[in-house]
Formats: sequence, C-alpha cells, structure tokens
Amino acid sequence: MSALTASTDAAASLAPTDRASGKAPAARTSRRRGPLDWVRAHVLATTAVLIFVFLLAPNVVMFVMSFNAPVGKYNYIWHQFSTDAWRHPCQVGDICQHMGLSLEIGVVAMIASTILGTMAAFAMSRHRFRARPAVNVLLFLPMAAPEIIMGATLLTLFFSTIGSGSMGFWTIVIGHIMFCLSYVVVTVKSRLAGLDPTLEKAAQDLYATPRQTFLKVTLPLVAPGIAAAALLSFALSVDDYIVTKYTAGDQITFPLYVYGAVQRSVPTQIDVIGSMMMLVTMTGIAGMLVLGRLRARRR
Amino acid sequence: MSAQTVNVGVPPAPKPIGEPDLPERRKRNRLPYLLLAPTLLWLIIFFVVPIFTSVSASVQEGSLDQGYALTWRWANFSDGWSQYNGQFGRSLLFAFLCTVFCLLMGYPLAYFIAFKGGRWKTLLMALVIVPSFTSFLIRTIAWKTILSDNGVVVHVLNDLHVLNFTSAIGFTVGNHVLASPAAVVCGMVYNFLPFTVLPLYTSLEKIDPRLHEAGADLYCSPLTTWRRVTLPLSMPGVVGGTLLTFIPAVGDYVNAQLLGNPNTLVIGQSIEHEFLQDSTGYPLASALSVILMAATLAIVLLYVKKAGTEDLL
Repeated sequence: MSALTASTDAAASLAPTDRASGKAPAARTSRRRGPLDWVRAHVLATTAVLIFVFLLAPNVVMFVMSFNAPVGKYNYIWHQFSTDAWRHPCQVGDICQHMGLSLEIGVVAMIASTILGTMAAFAMSRHRFRARPAVNVLLFLPMAAPEIIMGATLLTLFFSTIGSGSMGFWTIVIGHIMFCLSYVVVTVKSRLAGLDPTLEKAAQDLYATPRQTFLKVTLPLVAPGIAAAALLSFALSVDDYIVTKYTAGDQITFPLYVYGAVQRSVPTQIDVIGSMMMLVTMTGIAGMLVLGRLRARRR
Repeated sequence: MSAQTVNVGVPPAPKPIGEPDLPERRKRNRLPYLLLAPTLLWLIIFFVVPIFTSVSASVQEGSLDQGYALTWRWANFSDGWSQYNGQFGRSLLFAFLCTVFCLLMGYPLAYFIAFKGGRWKTLLMALVIVPSFTSFLIRTIAWKTILSDNGVVVHVLNDLHVLNFTSAIGFTVGNHVLASPAAVVCGMVYNFLPFTVLPLYTSLEKIDPRLHEAGADLYCSPLTTWRRVTLPLSMPGVVGGTLLTFIPAVGDYVNAQLLGNPNTLVIGQSIEHEFLQDSTGYPLASALSVILMAATLAIVLLYVKKAGTEDLL
C-alpha cells in the first residue's frame, strides 16, 4: 500500500507550482493559463528529460567505452581512444562462439514460440470456450513469475528426469520457448483485437472460402503483430540470463559469458558486441518504420 | 504460485465440452482446443509440473554423488529459513525500494508522455524501450563506469555531502557508490523502470484530457484535479506497473551480484549458490525457491486484494 501513497508524493513534487496557481486571482482568465501551463510543462519536462538521461546513459556509456583502450583487465574506466576492439571483435576468448550459441538458441526459440503462440492467440481471440478464463490465467502466469522461480523449478524437472549431465542446448531452448510463449500470445492477440471484423465478412461476401479469407485477408493483416512477437521472443531469448543459467548444463551462452567475465576480466569486446546489437536493432526498426511509411504513401 | 496453478492445470484437456447438440457446433468447439493444445501442453509440462517437482525436491535428502531420495525432510524449510532469512529480507526490501522509486520516476514520465507528448508520443515511448535493444548485463556493467569513484556522479554527490548522509544510514559505503545497497537499488530501478512506465502510460493515455479541463472548470486546482480525477482513473496502471516491477525485482539477483558487495546478498544468489555450487544443496535450494514462490504469491494476492483491481488480466 505504501507504494501507492508514494505516488502521491510524486505528484506533490511534480506540480508544486500548480498549488500556487489555484489561488491566483480569477481575473485575467485568458492570460492566467498561458505562462502557468508553460511552467508546469517545464517542471514536468525537466523531470522527464532527467529520467530519459537516467534510462539512456548506460547505452551511451557502453558505446563510448567500446572505443576505450583500458588499463588492466577491466574496461570500467576511460583511458584512451582506440578502435582495436571494433577491428578485432572476436579476439577475446570464445566470445563470438558464445554469441553464436545465443543466436542459434534465439532463432529456434523464436520460430517455435511464434508458431505455437500465434495459434494460441487465434484460439483465444476468435473463440469463446469454457476453459477460456483458466487458460488466460495460465498464459499470464509465466509473465508474472519471477525468472528465478521458473529457472529453479525447471532445473528440478530436468534434474529428476534426464539428469544434470544431459542438460544443454535443448533444455535452454525448452525454457526459452516456455517464457516467450505468453509474450507472443499477448502481442498477437492485441493485433487481432485491433482488426476490423468487417474485412473478413467482406471477403466472405465476395465468395472467398474460409481458407482464402484466412490466407489473403486475415494473415496479412495480423502479420505485423506476428513479426513483432517474433522479434520480441528473439530478443528475450538472446538476452536471458537467469533461466538459461539453470538449464544450461555446461553450455555457455553470451549472457552467461558476460556474467562470468565480471569475475575474471571485462574486455572492451563485450561493449563492442553490445553496441553492435544496439545498432543492428535500431537500423532494423528504423528500416521497418521507413518501409511502413513508404508503403502507406503508395496507397 | 502453486495454489493458483493447481486449479489452472486441470481443465484444458483437448476434448469438446460444449453442450451435446448439433455435430457442427461440436466441431467448432474443438478447434480452439486444437489450436491451444501445443501451447498449453508446453506450459503445463515446463511451467506447472516443475512447480511440483521442485516441491518434491524440497523435501528430499542426499548429495550429488549418492543421489537424492524423497524422505519428506520438512526440516529443509526451517534450515533454509534460518540460514537465509537475512537474504529473504534484503530481497523484499530491495524489491520494495525499487518499486517505490520506479513509481516515483515512472509516473511523472508516463504522465508527461501521455499528456504533453503530443505528436511525439510514440517516439518518446520508443525511447523508453530503446535501452533494451542491447544486453541488460552489459548495460548493468556500464553502471560500474557511471558510478565509479572518479566519475561525475560520485564527485557531485560528494560535493553536495549526500554520500555522508547515505553512508550514515548504511545505504552507501564511505565515499563510494559502487558495491553498496544504493548501487543495487539504482541498477534495479534502471532495469525495471520500463515495466512500470508501460502499464502506467497505457492507462494514462486512455484518459480524456478534456476531463482535466472539466476539473479546472469546476474550480479544482491542477493538483486536486490530478488527485481526484487522474489518479483514480490511472489506478489500474499503478497496480499493474507496481506488480510488473515488484515480482521480477524480488527474484532479481543480477544487480546485487554485479553492483553489490558481500553484504548485499539477496535470495537469488543463495539459491544459485546452493543449486549450482554446493553438492548437497539441491534440496535446500528447492526449499528456498518454494519459500520465495509462496512469499511472492502471498504478497501479490494481498496487494491485489487491497488495491481492489479485478480487471488485471
């Protein structure tokens, strides 16, 4: 409950100027709003900018530090500009093999969870059936459960069935599919909910078979949602540390490598690979946005 | 989590339950179950069943070499609690602080984007998600650079004598920010802030801005308008946001490991240590995770009941 009262404090600090404004003379109504609105927007905007700095600073620091030539084993403190790490990103240990493993797992988990989750999303949004509320809860729970619970319980399942020796690639994939499924269902479901149902009716009026309606009308309209779900599950999988840790056996994915590196040495290459991930994602999303704009304009 | 999932695990058998009338209707009723079957099976086998295997593991006894046997050793729970109650307390405290700070920072941000964002709304929301475009571990390590002893943050805090105060209450250690509870909470707030902002934004964005004008027309000060109109309408977002922050924060131990010190150990670190580094720790670690699961579920149910929002799902 105290989290709720805390939000009241937030608002109090957020709008200290407003309290005074309430007592401002009611005359000059037209002019009163202008400057005060500016002040309020200013306080709020400053807060927002500061929070954005807080949110984005680590990404900027990561990018800057990828051009660092650190003293010693830990790339924590800026020393000297260097592009060495960018020219030789794979030169430290097996860093690129670990990244490769993460990408492989990510692709398999993405394909499986997108297919299964999309099917489930269609069932959930197009059909009313008796077990629906219960299924809703089951789909929601993995998103709400702390990751360590999923990881630790999965470990006991694998340990008591196949033994710790046989854990590896596929047990990681199983865990990743498990926690990606719910996100895929939610994402595709929200896209389906936003669809205009009259479009499918129109297709049927034009003598399209249910199959044709699905392939030529429904699927293309849902496709952006499915693509978003696929990207999300890929990102979740590649970035996952906790569940992976408990299901990995002796496999080392990129997050496991980074986590372990903090104990031994943090090479600049870690920041380089992080920056590459960021640049690739940003270019991809920018590309999709531009493509969407162009397509919309052509229509 | 067990109490709730037990009910959930039973119903979704892929058989038609519809009233036995027309065969056509029966066929239509089977389709959703066919579509759902793989997902449900996956979640039941790899999410629900593991809860039972871990409860079973938590009352076993043995070691990695000799194997583990189910001996109904309930003492694992009391052992785990007496050995690690400090870690449990710290996990809950850190998660609570993280949730409070996330709300304090997330509400103004979501409010700003929803009501002042204008045509930049989508772009600003994208900026909230941009950090997650790269590995969260690397970003957490970047905090080591930002909060390092010769960084700007520590200098400013030192000059303002803030660190003297925070060190006095045990939140930082000496003139450093790193390797302290403050750094852990900072990292957690940073990692979970988007989880607070997204639901808050969703519920704030639905509010008609004309309601603010109506409040002003009825001689409410902006603050009163916020308290009596905006806040009640955004409560689903507040409840959803705090839950989405608190639940993962309780189990998080990456921040405590990377930004903390040996005195900031949280329960996640103990569970991982017992599971993966201690050859006899398997039952104890299972007991710890069962306790964590039950505690989290109890807190969440209590909170949801108190907050009284039923349309969460």
